[in-house]
Amino acid sequence: MTASSTISNLRLRLLRPATLNRLMAVGAIVAVMVVASRVPWLVAYPENWEIPLRYWVSDFMKWLINDFDLGLFTFRQFTRSIAWLLNWPLVSAQGLLATGFELEIGDSAIDLPRLSWLGVIAAVTVLAHAAGGWRLSVLVATCFGYLAVFGQWSSGMITLSSILIAVPLGAVGGLLFGILGYRSARMERGLLPVLDLMQTVPVFAYLVPVLFLFGFGPVAAMIATIIYATPPMARVTMLALKLVSTEVVEFGRMVGCSRWQMMWKILIPSAKPTLMVGVNQVIMLSLNMVIIASMIGAGGLGFDVLSALKRLRIGDGIEAGLAITLLAIALDRVSQGFTHRAQPAHKEQPKRFVARNPHLVMALAAIVLATLGALFIRGLEAFPESPRISTNEFWSGLVTWINVNFFDQLDAFKNFLLLNFLIPVKRFMLSLPWSVVVGLVALTGYRLGGWRLALAVGCYVAFMAVTGNWEKSMSSVYLCGVSVIIACLIGIPIGVVAARRERAHRVVQVCIDTLQTLPSFVYLIPVVILFRVGDFSAMIAVVAYALTPAIRYTDHGIRQVPAPLIEAATAAGCSQRQMLWKVQLPIAVPEIMLGINQTIMMALSMLVITALVGTRELGQEVYIALTKADTGRGIVAGLCVAFIAMTSDRLISAWSARRKRQLGLA
Amino acid sequence: MSTAESAGAAHRTQDATGEPAGEGVTIACRNVWKIFGEGAERVLSRANGALDDEQLREAGLIGAVRDVTFSAHQGEIFVIMGLSGSGKSTLVRCLSRLIEPTAGQVLFEGQDLLAASEKVLIEIRRHKMGMVFQHFALLPHLTVLDNVAFPLEVQGVDRGRRVPRARELIELVGLEGREDYYPRELSGGQQQRVGIARSLAVEPEIWFLDEPFSALDPLIRREMQDEFLRLQGVLHKTIVFITHDFDEAIRLADRIAIMKDGGIIQIGTPEALVLDPANEYVAEFTRDIPRAKVLSARAVMLPAVAGEQFAGEIPGETRIEQLAGRIVDCEKPLAVVDRNGGVVGQISRDSVLRVMVSADDRAP
Ligand SMILES: Nc1ncnc2c1ncn2[C@@H]1O[C@H](COP(=O)(O)OP(=O)(O)OP(=O)(O)O)[C@@H](O)[C@H]1O
Ligand SMILES: [Mg+2]
Repeated sequence: MTASSTISNLRLRLLRPATLNRLMAVGAIVAVMVVASRVPWLVAYPENWEIPLRYWVSDFMKWLINDFDLGLFTFRQFTRSIAWLLNWPLVSAQGLLATGFELEIGDSAIDLPRLSWLGVIAAVTVLAHAAGGWRLSVLVATCFGYLAVFGQWSSGMITLSSILIAVPLGAVGGLLFGILGYRSARMERGLLPVLDLMQTVPVFAYLVPVLFLFGFGPVAAMIATIIYATPPMARVTMLALKLVSTEVVEFGRMVGCSRWQMMWKILIPSAKPTLMVGVNQVIMLSLNMVIIASMIGAGGLGFDVLSALKRLRIGDGIEAGLAITLLAIALDRVSQGFTHRAQPAHKEQPKRFVARNPHLVMALAAIVLATLGALFIRGLEAFPESPRISTNEFWSGLVTWINVNFFDQLDAFKNFLLLNFLIPVKRFMLSLPWSVVVGLVALTGYRLGGWRLALAVGCYVAFMAVTGNWEKSMSSVYLCGVSVIIACLIGIPIGVVAARRERAHRVVQVCIDTLQTLPSFVYLIPVVILFRVGDFSAMIAVVAYALTPAIRYTDHGIRQVPAPLIEAATAAGCSQRQMLWKVQLPIAVPEIMLGINQTIMMALSMLVITALVGTRELGQEVYIALTKADTGRGIVAGLCVAFIAMTSDRLISAWSARRKRQLGLA
Repeated sequence: MSTAESAGAAHRTQDATGEPAGEGVTIACRNVWKIFGEGAERVLSRANGALDDEQLREAGLIGAVRDVTFSAHQGEIFVIMGLSGSGKSTLVRCLSRLIEPTAGQVLFEGQDLLAASEKVLIEIRRHKMGMVFQHFALLPHLTVLDNVAFPLEVQGVDRGRRVPRARELIELVGLEGREDYYPRELSGGQQQRVGIARSLAVEPEIWFLDEPFSALDPLIRREMQDEFLRLQGVLHKTIVFITHDFDEAIRLADRIAIMKDGGIIQIGTPEALVLDPANEYVAEFTRDIPRAKVLSARAVMLPAVAGEQFAGEIPGETRIEQLAGRIVDCEKPLAVVDRNGGVVGQISRDSVLRVMVSADDRAP
């Protein structure tokens, strides 16, 4: 095509009415922007207009703790008694697994030992075998063996015991909320925004109130964990119950089930496979919280990682971090194993309990035998000192070696990206007038979903300006945006390759499954080693953490392109390249956008954690509030993070739904 | 098939369109409407209980069931036939109030179901109704035995009594030996046998079957139809059977109601539908049905000629298909007799041949 024809083409296209309209709209927006940038209060939100929300929240919190009286007892007494109640199972589990018991009978004290490490390993191995056969049991034995051999046993068992108590509480709580939401549409409408907030407000933000209400210690940490891990279970429950086929529900009504029978004999058992996915989520999120929870006294592995990071003892940090990771992998695979395990077959069911539950009986026997044995053989109680391994030296050596040999290259790479990419983007974002951003976001909302959406997202964004968090919010948007872009640039191509080649698909699947089991905190460790602190390190950690959904959804999106379409395209003589660009990608775009949405959510949740490596944005604000125990400041900044997340979520979901409808995929 | 025939035969002696006389009405509905959409009740009552397509479209409503009236009698197989989306499932769910009708009356054994309280309704469903579903609706976590015993469990019948009953039913549908299997270990046909056994556990007065065989392969479907007729020969339930397959309807029905766009177009015996379709739409369905399978000797016979020599006697309800083998060898016509043995007409080889050969001839 010659230059002149291109130009005339362009002119023709410019003259089409739709294009003209669009051009006019863009012109109008630019004009408004120019005008707005001349009016000072439209550029920077005036300080004396700020709503002192954070002080209100702090005052409310003070009132709640000090003055709120429920009649017979105060609110604080109420929360403290909950803590006391929850303390019992937790202390018992810790005593059993980690610390042992001290019983006082009369004047004499008797020490009851904890369960033997060998017995516990044998038991989890047997259970893993029940869940997924030999391969799984080897994996689980290795993971727990690591804890023993690397001297992480006691910490690991403290962490495990809080997980063991938190998970059932979170799962049952989520289940009950889900049932409520399923039963009444009004309840569901009330519940969903609360769940949204619980999932998007960063954990740091509510650590302080939890601390005030429940006191420092493992119980408060467990409560924070439960708050964090419950919402997905509630959501999964609502979804799973709705997915039960209408015929099955009708059958229940036809045989005259009461409400109770309907729920517990028909709906829940039918929905069980999906519900198990929710339980798995609760487990993974609880493990994700291990390190954060140790900030308000959880102890265990999380505490080890945190203190190692603070003292820059990289080796210790890596060992404890690895322990958390292995624990996460083991629990994840076992719970998934139980979920996917072939449903019971018609085999003759033996009557006796022992014969029916061979695995359970063997596991219990192993624990009892080994623990009794520990009374006579010392090495069974705690893993003996001498064969313990420490890789501390190795890691320290590695870090020194990297720093000596690669410092310049890494530093140059970091500076290059900072100067040419990160800093310019940041400047641009910070220079945007707040009013223009609010206007643009609302306009987008209007185009995608009408007035209600426009109003909602407009308010979300305005909230950041009105509460005086504008600059920090924009910094967060910038850091998150940059990370998401990079994550997509890496993740989407990988997803495309995985979708088109079976072998690659399998490899990638294993990798992202593993990456997804890593607690977010663990990503910080290598990043800090390589790049020290600052925006750049934060970005790398965020990218690494948020990469998985971009890959997963791209892969899935391309795979779900209807087969007849592919056949038709092949029959029409599409080349591989044409197939990708003209058929598969356009149809997969809505799905990929959902992946990007997920990426943004994960990036935001990671962003707050990276505040620990010294960024200057909302995350840092929340973190400072945590260290200063400033409830209001933390919650307001946390809400800003939540509103960023919800704005992007609403807009992208609306767009994706519309696009899917247009493509006839919905 | 023979048992069912004798069960249904009594009704076929009745007039072409009408109701079988004599036996009691089990379930009846009068002017039942089900309209989906906002403000359906208001729109319907404002129109004095009559809405046409135009009015429905204007109000943005879907008329799933429109002004349906019929009754099913004790021991009768009442088939509701219609194409996809014609409102069959909605109608049958209105009969058990799984779906609340927008207007109309449903009488079950003389009792007004729509006025019944939730508690009464639960009692009726627990003890007097059984339903079989298109996609089986078995509970995946229970064995065959527990699935079949489930309706009794819901009523609080103890295990000692419900298990023997469940075993009995499993035997009745020919699944003995599979009691401890789980639903996913069974084929579709076997799963539906479980569904059938389960729906019979409470010995219902009325048995609803919503396209019970549509999800099965043609061969299995035929086998299940035979099985169903065998069961009905034993049980004599009042049955409301939904299907979109006219062949199936012809094979099973004592009477058929043809539905289109929510309304019933015609109700009648298979023979009546073939002989006297109410309109083109019904005629279209009956066009490819082999006449000999549907028509009875009574419909084809000619007035008896006085003094004629007969080769033998046949009852009036004998289907042409069945007497064909016998009449080929006869030079003389056969006498058609009623219940009391009185001659009501005669049928010759010619007229039988004409029925069998000409597919398009509606009335010979
Ligand atoms: N809950 C509902 N809300 C709105 N419309 C409905 C609902 N249920 C059914 N309909 C509509 O009512 C009409 C009748 O549906 P119904 O399921 O009774 O048809 P059917 O004859 O059973 O069809 P099929 O053979 O496909 O099962 C259809 O147009 C359907 O779209
Ligand atoms: Mg139907």
